[in-house]
Amino acid sequence: MSSQDIPEENLPAEQGHAHGAVGVADEKNPFADPGLPPHEHRVQDIDERAAKRSERAVAMLFVLSMLATVAFIVAYVAIPHDKSIYVFPIGHINALNFALGLTLGTALFSIGAGAVHWARTLMSDEEIADERHAIEAPPEVKAKVMADFKQGAKESALGRRKLIRNTMFGALALFPLSGVMLLRDLGPLPGTKLRHTLWSKGKLLVNMNTNQPLRPSDVAVGSLTFAKPEGLEEHDHEFQTEIAKAALMIVRIQPDDIKDKRELEWSHEGIVAYSKICTHVGCPISLYEQQTHHVLCPCHQSTFDLSDGARVIFGPAGHALPQLRIGVNDEGYLEALGDFDEPVGPAFWERG
Amino acid sequence: MSTESTSKDSRSREKAPAGERVADWADGRLGIYSLAKANMRKIFPDHWSFMLGEICLYSFIIIILTGVYLTLFFHPSMNEVEYHGSYVPLQGQLMSEAFNSTMHISFDVRGGLLIRQIHHWAALIFLAGMFVHMMRVFFTGAFRKPREVNWLFGFLLFVLGMFTGFTGYSLPDDLLSGTGVRFMEGAVLSVPIVGTYLSFFLFGGEFPGGDFVARFYSIHVLLLPGIMLGLVVGHLILVFYHKHTQFAGPGRTNKNVVGMPLLPVYMAKAGGFFFLVFGVIAAISAIASINPIWAMGPYRPDQVSTGAQPDWYMGFSEGLIRVMPGWEINFWGHTLVLGVFIPLVIFPLVLVAIAVYPFIESWVTGDKREHHILDRPRNVPTRTAFGVAWITWYMVLLIGGGNDLWATHFHLSINAITWFVRIAFFVAPVIAFIITKRICLGLQRRDKDKVLHGRESGIIKRLPHGEFIEVHEPLSQDALHTLTAHEQYKPAEIGPTVDENGVERKVKGSEKLRAKLSEAYYGEESQIPKPTVEEYKEITSGHGHH
Amino acid sequence: MAALVVLLLALACTGGLYTLFAPTDKAKADETAQSLAIDEGKKLYAVGCASCHGTGGQGTTDGPSLVGVGAAAVDFQVGTGRMPAQQPGAQVPKKKVIYTQAEIDQLAAYIASLGAGPNVPTDAQYGPEGADIAKGGELFRTNCAQCHNFTGKGGALTHGKFAPDLEGVSPKHIYEAMQTGPQNMPSFPDTTLSEQNKKDIIAYLDAVNGDDTESPGGLELGGLGPVSEGLFAWIFGLGALIAVAVWVAARTAKAKKS
Repeated sequence: MSSQDIPEENLPAEQGHAHGAVGVADEKNPFADPGLPPHEHRVQDIDERAAKRSERAVAMLFVLSMLATVAFIVAYVAIPHDKSIYVFPIGHINALNFALGLTLGTALFSIGAGAVHWARTLMSDEEIADERHAIEAPPEVKAKVMADFKQGAKESALGRRKLIRNTMFGALALFPLSGVMLLRDLGPLPGTKLRHTLWSKGKLLVNMNTNQPLRPSDVAVGSLTFAKPEGLEEHDHEFQTEIAKAALMIVRIQPDDIKDKRELEWSHEGIVAYSKICTHVGCPISLYEQQTHHVLCPCHQSTFDLSDGARVIFGPAGHALPQLRIGVNDEGYLEALGDFDEPVGPAFWERG
Repeated sequence: MSTESTSKDSRSREKAPAGERVADWADGRLGIYSLAKANMRKIFPDHWSFMLGEICLYSFIIIILTGVYLTLFFHPSMNEVEYHGSYVPLQGQLMSEAFNSTMHISFDVRGGLLIRQIHHWAALIFLAGMFVHMMRVFFTGAFRKPREVNWLFGFLLFVLGMFTGFTGYSLPDDLLSGTGVRFMEGAVLSVPIVGTYLSFFLFGGEFPGGDFVARFYSIHVLLLPGIMLGLVVGHLILVFYHKHTQFAGPGRTNKNVVGMPLLPVYMAKAGGFFFLVFGVIAAISAIASINPIWAMGPYRPDQVSTGAQPDWYMGFSEGLIRVMPGWEINFWGHTLVLGVFIPLVIFPLVLVAIAVYPFIESWVTGDKREHHILDRPRNVPTRTAFGVAWITWYMVLLIGGGNDLWATHFHLSINAITWFVRIAFFVAPVIAFIITKRICLGLQRRDKDKVLHGRESGIIKRLPHGEFIEVHEPLSQDALHTLTAHEQYKPAEIGPTVDENGVERKVKGSEKLRAKLSEAYYGEESQIPKPTVEEYKEITSGHGHH
Repeated sequence: MAALVVLLLALACTGGLYTLFAPTDKAKADETAQSLAIDEGKKLYAVGCASCHGTGGQGTTDGPSLVGVGAAAVDFQVGTGRMPAQQPGAQVPKKKVIYTQAEIDQLAAYIASLGAGPNVPTDAQYGPEGADIAKGGELFRTNCAQCHNFTGKGGALTHGKFAPDLEGVSPKHIYEAMQTGPQNMPSFPDTTLSEQNKKDIIAYLDAVNGDDTESPGGLELGGLGPVSEGLFAWIFGLGALIAVAVWVAARTAKAKKS
């Protein structure tokens, strides 16, 4: 809908015209524009001594800047890069950073302050009015452009020779596809990678702290332990990518306190192992409150109840934390009884 | 003709001072004299709020300068190395080369830490400056014709600035930024149908993989800043071309611009201001630490710290994601992750809401003229109220983004804050809108009062019959003019629905909507009619009596 | 069942071994001192603690059972002033300590006599000797930072609970907290977080959150990350620049008309 429909009289009168000619506030229009007020002199304009003072202030600022730059160079050379000093009230800080920053800051600020002081006190402060000109082209110009364009379009015969036009558009529309194709090798296809972790039947639960496999007796009620699958070491090439899925959180809850039947079945004497990766967007969730058995995500505050199948009880996560089924092997170590039975971490379209 | 003029030319060239000869040379090739003729004494009005854009421009330049320096030392690689630099609490720790080189810059390159801190502080200030600059332009109506395109340029700069900031913040591969990148992976995964593929293409496979630092690096140092540089240049050209807006005042009309010339005053002030901005940021970087990655440690996907937040400009999106309920729909073997995807969709909408406003307003007013005189916010109550409502919305989300720190610092429950934000997201902007509009109308009334009855002088006079009155001094003509210079629209009407032949015309829905909006903007409820000459005369002829 | 038998067997063995090797004379002298301390502790307990935790430490609706919490838990709870608790709330905060260390030791001895639990750690356990600060940092980020922040500045938990700031907390109390898991904090027993691990963590905390920890870049801004940095950038960064802009754009004072 075009705005032509709004009658012209609804628009307010144009500014600068509403009040009539500039300068005369007469009986007829007390609100008329009185025009630019007369220029008033600054002290510096009429008193040469004041001007001299300003000049000296500006020069002093420029000199200060030079001194600060020299100080910067001296600090750079003289202060060891690991020297620590105590500056009240900032605290113990790096001496070099402090010295370089302040000298650089002073050197720059003084140049700026000098230039501005110069402009404010010594350059003319008489206000000047500059006329504006319409941005829109006058009708003659527009007519000429339109005529030129028509002429050009006609000479190109683009409108007449439809075959050329259509194939050209086709070619131009298609060629960017090669660019899109080239992006294909940015990464492999997802496949089922998000569905599997390093956990599998018989893999021991290795304590992240001690790098030793865990025994049930190690895990006390109310304690919190993090585990990784046996065989995954920090130096491994794939460590980051694997731990991003396999990280495990182990707590022990009195079996009577476990409300979820499956959780109890998948636990070992109250020891439950849950994925440490939040099902919201993948933060390592581990703010475990041992009395409430709630675990909170530090990123977006999703809260899960570890005594009730890690059900979501607050926050933006959409589903419970996946539980890893665990047991004890012949040597008395905790082991996984398989991989997680659902993808860990954030949900995705194919998750189902 | 040729011989004579050349000889004359050469003679004048010999005599001319060196500077002039260089200028002549350049003019012959670049036409600089014509350029200078139009611009050398170009007028810029003085007002502190007109310098907000300069803060942004200068911090952008500072960011580029310091950024180039940082690239000389930074290794955008995720190869794992052991740390053996000067910082003791990380000795022997495994980390990516990106983190290691950032540690090297911070502890073993003299002045490296300072440049890093200047780069980061300048980035925060750049974004904050753009935000305030944008609000200045919004509340004074400087976005109106002919400046709508420049408004969009500015808006794009703000959005690109956010993403440039985010990619830069992720480069050191520290535990905090890594957590942010992990969030990004989760957000990408939530996109229906293609999310998983996008995530695998972005990270070169599964998260975190070994590619994202290098990819973010080229986006951060080349792609986004390149586009931004182009937009900045375009933005500045348009500022020059349109000439600056100005506030109403004596001698200031829609047809002129009043101020100081570029050469020398503005050049000294603007040039000086660059050094002032740089100086202030350098001093801040000397006294305040930013992003101390050594305290955070290298990124590991199984580690995290509480207080995991992005830089402030991404804070509102953090708020969106934190307060969203965890909705998830499973059907036919697929998952629709609404708990993440809805915030992901609202995120751009929050920004777009403010970006499209100028176009909505110009449609409502139907005004096609150029506007170079700025509005005082109170004189456009509906726009001002909308702007304040938007800022309130944004602030509510920022509170949501920092809900854990609010909880610990004000001893509140994090759950209570989250619920507060959930409700305030819908309610607070409405309340802010209503209150702001009231305040604007109140201020308009006060202006009208001042014009008609004069300024309160503070002198109390006792009249012969015992009554006390405060003497009101009439305003100067300057003030009278300034306070009555604003435009006031009348609400648009739908117009006759029956033409002269008695044929009924169909009224389009959009037409009705516009009439309604126009009424909301300019109806009796939404603006105080400014004093007319007649009113003024009637009251002043009563003479002295208030 | 098998596990239970193994456990009983193990307990019997260690007990037997202990009696075999324990120096008898010294043990006797210690025993008398110990029983004195227990008696004193029992008196203190009856006055200050029994109303919530029950006369025999069995616990009531107002306070948990203290059987088996060990001396370390008492030393932590009373030594940081958390106990005796003053008012109900989301969490019992740390307060002014009202018992002397001697009294705390007596209380601890009494509680320890109710059931075996972790002992108060010795200086050798939490002292800085032989600690690996960097390893401690890694352990801290794995086990502690999620609640207490990167450098132990604390953080929020659900419903008004919080993980406190660790600045100024003595190494002994940090050790005890890890060992016993006070209130909602989970415990990190020696079986999963070894003594050496704990020592490393304490050394790391001392390095990054001690009194003379260096913050190379300048003001730490609370060590809270981007939120406080953002506030600082707005208030002091942009604030200072706007103040400068006001000065740059302001009219210079005019000469007074005489």
